[in-house]
Amino acid sequence: MKILILGAGQVGSTVAESLVSEANDITVVDTHAEKLRLLQDRFDLRTLVGNASHPSTLKQAGIADADILLAVTQSDEVNMVACKLASSLYNTPVKIARIRASGYLDHPEIFNSDNFCVDFSICPEQILTDYIRKLIEFPEALQVLEFANGLVSLVAVKVFDGGPLVDKPLSFLRSNMPQIDARVAAIFRQDKPIIPEGDTIVQEGDEIFFIAATGNIRSVLKELRRMDKPTKRVMIVGGGNIGRRLARSLEQDYQVKVIEYNKTTCEGLAGLLKHTLVLNGDGTDENLLATEHVADVDVFCALTNDDENNIMSTLLAKRDGARKVIALINRNAYVGLVQGGKIDIALSPAHVTIGSLLAYVRQGDVAAVHSLRRGAAEALELIAHGDRQSSKVVGRRIDEIELPKGATIGAIVRGKDVIMGHRDQQIEEEDHVIVFVINKSMINKVEKLFQVSVGFL
Amino acid sequence: MRRIFTVFHALGLMLVVFSAAYLMPMVASLVYDDGTLIHFALAMVMTFAAGLLMWLLTRRYKGELSVRHGYLLVIGMWTAMPAVATLPLLMVIDGLTFSHAYFETMSGITSTGATVLSGLDNLPPAINIWRHELHWLGGMGIIVLAVAVLPLLGVGGRQLFKAETPGPMKDSTLTPRITETARNLWLIYFSITVACILSLKAAGMTWLDSICHAFSAMGLGGFSTHDASIGYFNSPAIEGVLIVFMLLAAINFSTHFLAWRVKSLKTYLLDTEFVATVVLILVSCFGIALFLWWNGVYPTFMTALRHASFNLVSIATDCGFSSTDYNQWPIFAPMWMLFLSCISVSSGSTGGGIKMIRTLILFKQAGREFVKLLHPAVVNPMKIAGHVVPNNIVFAVLGFIFLYFMSASALVFALMASGLDFISSFSAIIACINNVGPGLGVVGPAGNFSVLTTFQTWICTLAMLAGRLEIFTLLIIFTPQFWRR
Repeated sequence: MKILILGAGQVGSTVAESLVSEANDITVVDTHAEKLRLLQDRFDLRTLVGNASHPSTLKQAGIADADILLAVTQSDEVNMVACKLASSLYNTPVKIARIRASGYLDHPEIFNSDNFCVDFSICPEQILTDYIRKLIEFPEALQVLEFANGLVSLVAVKVFDGGPLVDKPLSFLRSNMPQIDARVAAIFRQDKPIIPEGDTIVQEGDEIFFIAATGNIRSVLKELRRMDKPTKRVMIVGGGNIGRRLARSLEQDYQVKVIEYNKTTCEGLAGLLKHTLVLNGDGTDENLLATEHVADVDVFCALTNDDENNIMSTLLAKRDGARKVIALINRNAYVGLVQGGKIDIALSPAHVTIGSLLAYVRQGDVAAVHSLRRGAAEALELIAHGDRQSSKVVGRRIDEIELPKGATIGAIVRGKDVIMGHRDQQIEEEDHVIVFVINKSMINKVEKLFQVSVGFL
Repeated sequence: MRRIFTVFHALGLMLVVFSAAYLMPMVASLVYDDGTLIHFALAMVMTFAAGLLMWLLTRRYKGELSVRHGYLLVIGMWTAMPAVATLPLLMVIDGLTFSHAYFETMSGITSTGATVLSGLDNLPPAINIWRHELHWLGGMGIIVLAVAVLPLLGVGGRQLFKAETPGPMKDSTLTPRITETARNLWLIYFSITVACILSLKAAGMTWLDSICHAFSAMGLGGFSTHDASIGYFNSPAIEGVLIVFMLLAAINFSTHFLAWRVKSLKTYLLDTEFVATVVLILVSCFGIALFLWWNGVYPTFMTALRHASFNLVSIATDCGFSSTDYNQWPIFAPMWMLFLSCISVSSGSTGGGIKMIRTLILFKQAGREFVKLLHPAVVNPMKIAGHVVPNNIVFAVLGFIFLYFMSASALVFALMASGLDFISSFSAIIACINNVGPGLGVVGPAGNFSVLTTFQTWICTLAMLAGRLEIFTLLIIFTPQFWRR
């Protein structure tokens, strides 16, 4: 596929990086030559310096035969204009724009084909905010990902001593709570994937991925580990785009404190937020943390732009007694370094947000993609089309489908119903199938399975 | 000094315009044939001539007014207009001194409602119309009329508006053009007044009484055509109508305008001041009624509620009608009413006092200080209805409150030094500076300000002027900086 990416910022480069490996022709446009040079040094792609909203730049970048336009520059306006131009002048089939301002998002009609022609709009900060919010709602989980408009969730949880399931086979889960249906999709033991069978023994320290209807998450979590008290107090370091959104979405339900270094930003935040306590200071200042009772904080999130500061302030907070600490870390190398140590959760914004973009780029009808374990594994929501003749999945029982080893069908969503992916379940047309893939290399095969063969057309 | 003449030039024009106000009592005089037509005609000619002369003599200095001169013009108007307005009173009422006549017209134009006249029932109808018309004109501020008219005559009005419109949120302009804003506000004021006249008529007043009391209620003045004020009518219907319109007049007229423009009553709920005022007044009404009933002042709770609500709303909104001699109630009740008169009206209404918005700001400021003590690093800007109020406004409010209390104390001391008892001095100043009207003690609802000495009368006149011009506007011209170039 030919993909044109506008903007070589964090989102642009991560998307480029992850798409390059999937055999696509990629062109990246940005106004900064330096950023582009870095990209070009690392990956096999084409770059172009220029203003992304100028027709001449777009033309030079080869928009005429691009399949997908990804407008992810810093500016909402540039992204919207680029989509409009691509549509008016070159009829580009798929146009995706990063739109951050809620003023635009409040009026979805401006994105339709009569106006700015944005097929899909994404807002990475919002995705990240929703993601962190889930972690605050379920402080026991390492990751909570939603599928099918929130009907089904995939939850990652670390098994600690004290859960009823420890040192027992997985089948025990079923017999212990017969009324609730959940499926364990994968277990990672010392970073190695294990394909779960009924007789797999759960050990302390395992990272378990399970799929369940969203309403049942809490009951399943209870089986796997002893539950903490529900979250009440949240402290956020960094009042930037993400910190602000997060505080805004949390302040109704939790006691929120935001620490921000920049005085002017503080004033803006305090003006916007109603129930949040805005503090002006340094998130790594232990005196400030102590004055604000970090020891009583249930969830501590460090969300500044600075990886080192985030790591340091979360380490401090953890030492001083914060129950769960989350650090936002941009550098991939750091994420692997700190996750699972003192810091409970290390978040890579790129990996959290990339899934929503990947969904549009993939072959077959993919409704959602979530990247797991720093991009090593993936969970996909695919839509089954066709019939028994034209499709390799429709009309077949799950154990009849030739899934590659390491891929599991976790659940099926049919209309509003959530059906767990047990062996004898039959897949019907228009089902949303949630597939867990423990290794990225199998994704292609899985997608092929769900593509309708040509005969159908 | 030359620029002072520019102020006189504008003031002359104002007087010329003001002379048209005599037309209304002239019509009344024709209708009721009370023999005062000639006096009003004479007063009109004199005012017109004085204004014209002032205007002609200073026409070389015609020009745009600076903000400083705006302040001077406002003060000039609020002293000159009551001065010329005394003319018919002096001519018609025998034995009235200028001090008393000036007190009366100042009380009218500042919509205070304190009176030195007695035997109101027997005054010629035209005189009563004149007194109440002063309330009505003063209520919304003659200035808003002036702002709507003067720009048409080529004199800029924006700086006047800034000096005049009460309250800290004065910069929330409703329409891009100030003339348009003023005209809209005036239209709303006018419409509500018409509604009030018709409702009062329907509730059983004569046309003369309903016009007079509607003017009085809308300007939140408090003059009545009867010595016994509203007690004369002894009608729950009239009291109910007046309660509603006094409350309407105590709401920010910008809110009325917004509600009318977006055609939604929700606008009122978004006005923090309105909500605070209504809650405070409702709770107080029931509280005071309960208190009066409990103390055996009234035999039934409903009678207590009727008298408590009318008098409390009247005093709290700075109107100043009374339906009974509340001076006889246990002291807690009238004191609480006077306390409410200091704080409970909205900015941008026709009432006086500290205004609800300033009270809210100070309350929140106190809250901010507490939070600051607990969390030294906190950044918590002042917010009213979700909007950040800049710190300089908070300081201005603090400065205002300080000046307000200092001025009130100084004036109370002046009255006490002249020999008046404490309750009368205190309540007279509070009633005048808040533009309420009746106080307690000798100046209570059953009494009258005519018992005061000439000196005391002038002190009260000063208090009314200072209160109406929000103290800052008046005191600023006494600062040396004001006169420095």
